[in-house]
Amino acid sequence: MSSLLRLATAGSVDDGKSTLVGRLLYDTKSVLADQLDAVQRASVDRGLSTPDLSLLVDGLRSEREQGITIDVAYRYFATPKRSFVLADTPGHVQYTRNTVTGASTAQLAVLLVDARKGVVEQTRRHAAVLALLGVPRLVLAVNKVDLIGYDEAAFTVIAKEFATHAASLGYAEGSVLTIPVSALVGDNVATSSENTPWYTGPTLLEHLETVPVAPDPHEAPFRLPVQYVIRPRTPEYPDYRGYAGQIAAGTVRPGDEVVVLPRGLRTTVESVGTADGQLDEAGAGSSVTVLLADDLDIARGDLIASAADRPEVTDEFTAALCWLSTKSLQPGARVLVKHGARTVQALVEELNSRFDEQTLSTVEGPDSLELNEIGSVRLRLSEEIPVDDYAASARTGAFLVIDPKDGDTLAAGLVGERFSALGGSEQ
Amino acid sequence: MTTLEAAADAARDNLTALESEAIHIFREVAGEFDRPVILFSGGKDSTLLLHLAIKAFWPAPVPFPLLHVDTGHNFEEVIDFRDRVVEKYGLRLVVAHVQDWIDDGRLTERPDGTRNPLQTQPLLDTITEHKFDAVFGGGRRDEERARAKERIFSLRNAFGQWEPRRQRPELWNLYNGRHRPGEHVRVFPLSNWTEADVWNYIAREEVDLPSIYYAHQRKVYRRDGMWLTEGPWGGPREDETVEELTVRYRTVGDGSCTGAVESTASTVEDVIAEVQASRLTERGATRADDRLSEAAMEDRKREGYF
Repeated sequence: MSSLLRLATAGSVDDGKSTLVGRLLYDTKSVLADQLDAVQRASVDRGLSTPDLSLLVDGLRSEREQGITIDVAYRYFATPKRSFVLADTPGHVQYTRNTVTGASTAQLAVLLVDARKGVVEQTRRHAAVLALLGVPRLVLAVNKVDLIGYDEAAFTVIAKEFATHAASLGYAEGSVLTIPVSALVGDNVATSSENTPWYTGPTLLEHLETVPVAPDPHEAPFRLPVQYVIRPRTPEYPDYRGYAGQIAAGTVRPGDEVVVLPRGLRTTVESVGTADGQLDEAGAGSSVTVLLADDLDIARGDLIASAADRPEVTDEFTAALCWLSTKSLQPGARVLVKHGARTVQALVEELNSRFDEQTLSTVEGPDSLELNEIGSVRLRLSEEIPVDDYAASARTGAFLVIDPKDGDTLAAGLVGERFSALGGSEQ
Repeated sequence: MTTLEAAADAARDNLTALESEAIHIFREVAGEFDRPVILFSGGKDSTLLLHLAIKAFWPAPVPFPLLHVDTGHNFEEVIDFRDRVVEKYGLRLVVAHVQDWIDDGRLTERPDGTRNPLQTQPLLDTITEHKFDAVFGGGRRDEERARAKERIFSLRNAFGQWEPRRQRPELWNLYNGRHRPGEHVRVFPLSNWTEADVWNYIAREEVDLPSIYYAHQRKVYRRDGMWLTEGPWGGPREDETVEELTVRYRTVGDGSCTGAVESTASTVEDVIAEVQASRLTERGATRADDRLSEAAMEDRKREGYF
């Protein structure tokens, strides 16, 4: 049985990220003959002597013409141990929008730097965004080590500098790994390189195959947003009423005491199951159907939560917004908030501060929030909803901000005060 | 291993994780849209979609109808399979016959006789006629480079067109299905599946498929490097010789441009072994329509194809 790891890649322009991703696909034999033929033909057309693996991941024609990638692209590769869903996030244009999107589902992120340049401004920004989104593990791939003559001392300087920065963002030592690689040559991507005898750690692929898939769902309190009420009303199931959803956090077992929010109705879990049958226990990420002991009026949008450790029910909270739209945000804006399976109206009461990812500090009372900026706001909702702090339970602390006029997704929202943990001085 | 660890392991299993994600997507659409529909041709990806939809709403019936855009260039085994499945699960099937559009002049037959590109208009007309607002498709991001950036919820304008600039960022498992009147959303629950995942899941769940996915004897002729089968769509031409070979299909589309591959894989396990050893992508191997140009898929998507 192989497991699934969702990861994101980020890097600045010319760090060789497309080549690294192409190399991972190529070295795991995820590139098939017709795709490779196409790349070889295109490489010859461009006068190259070896196939340009970055062409494997160039997508739309508009990008090929401009030679840029403008959007998150998803890639798939697998080894006997693990399958990988890779969100390839372009670094230079709209980097916040793309990095936030890729990071929202990632269990690990691979950040790229050019060994000749080391940790640059954009590396620090990317790492800050990844920390904000709570990506549990980072890998710094120091690429193009062949171009610095496989110099251990230069590599160590970069690794130390990054470790210090990651620590200031709250990453513990064991959650960050720095690897010297050459995506072009293949050093330490899938095979250990003889050129770096001083590096004794795993190759990038070995690390991806063996890194624990965090977080442990047993540590978080149980949360199940009700997506859909299953009521067959068939002769076989005349009174069946199942509450269907994907477990956002924690685990659930028959007999567990739960509370249905926002109204606060208490009851007991009668059974947990799927179409394949009843389960003794189900955990975060599982799409299940729960039956409750009492006949309550529960609808889509409600949240079933652990009675012992319940989220706050409120119509007002502070949150970080990653602004993803070209339409800027001003205080007083009316928006929609989609949280779990519930969408409510909201008012942006205050724009408290803007986070500067470069200096890890905050700017107080900005006039507006623009595309790719990250800010802290005070939101007031038209009704009470159950929310967790994003740091405690990401899937019940996350929300979308939607434009009520045209339905565009304006921002990624994270409940709570997020900046102080990133070294930002809030007040 | 404790039961807790075993349960955590099971939840992290690749196929179970993909299944949970797809079921979540089905339920989200059921909760947010008024008139969803599943595109169902009887092919393996749409059969897998239906299997997941049945599991998502069990023990209640699937709360959506099915839609088949029928080119008329069918494999008999697939149509029989389609009709059996519809009857078995008590589903409602809407069929848009491309022939009807040709007969009344809304469409013209192409000189090469292929009807895959003709599916777009009947699809859009039927979406409009039935006011479908969410259309499930079996598209996967691993199929083709133009699909690597496709969203799970893909917004289409009133002309059914896909506009790269209007696609929304997709964050966490929160999907934004808002659309204006006349617009609809294409939904791809299998986005994150690979061809290997599809076959491994079909094996695990013992999903029934049309027989042509497995090795069988068939009279075929060679055209454009593919084995095409005889049929009402024309062919073979005089210069093309018919041979009887042991073949199977990796994809099923319009009969005029879906090629068979030589194969002796007669069980799902054989197919998995063959897919693992294969050196060609599904589409590269068997779909003439994707060979038209390197940007073929991108163009067809802009026009409102799947």
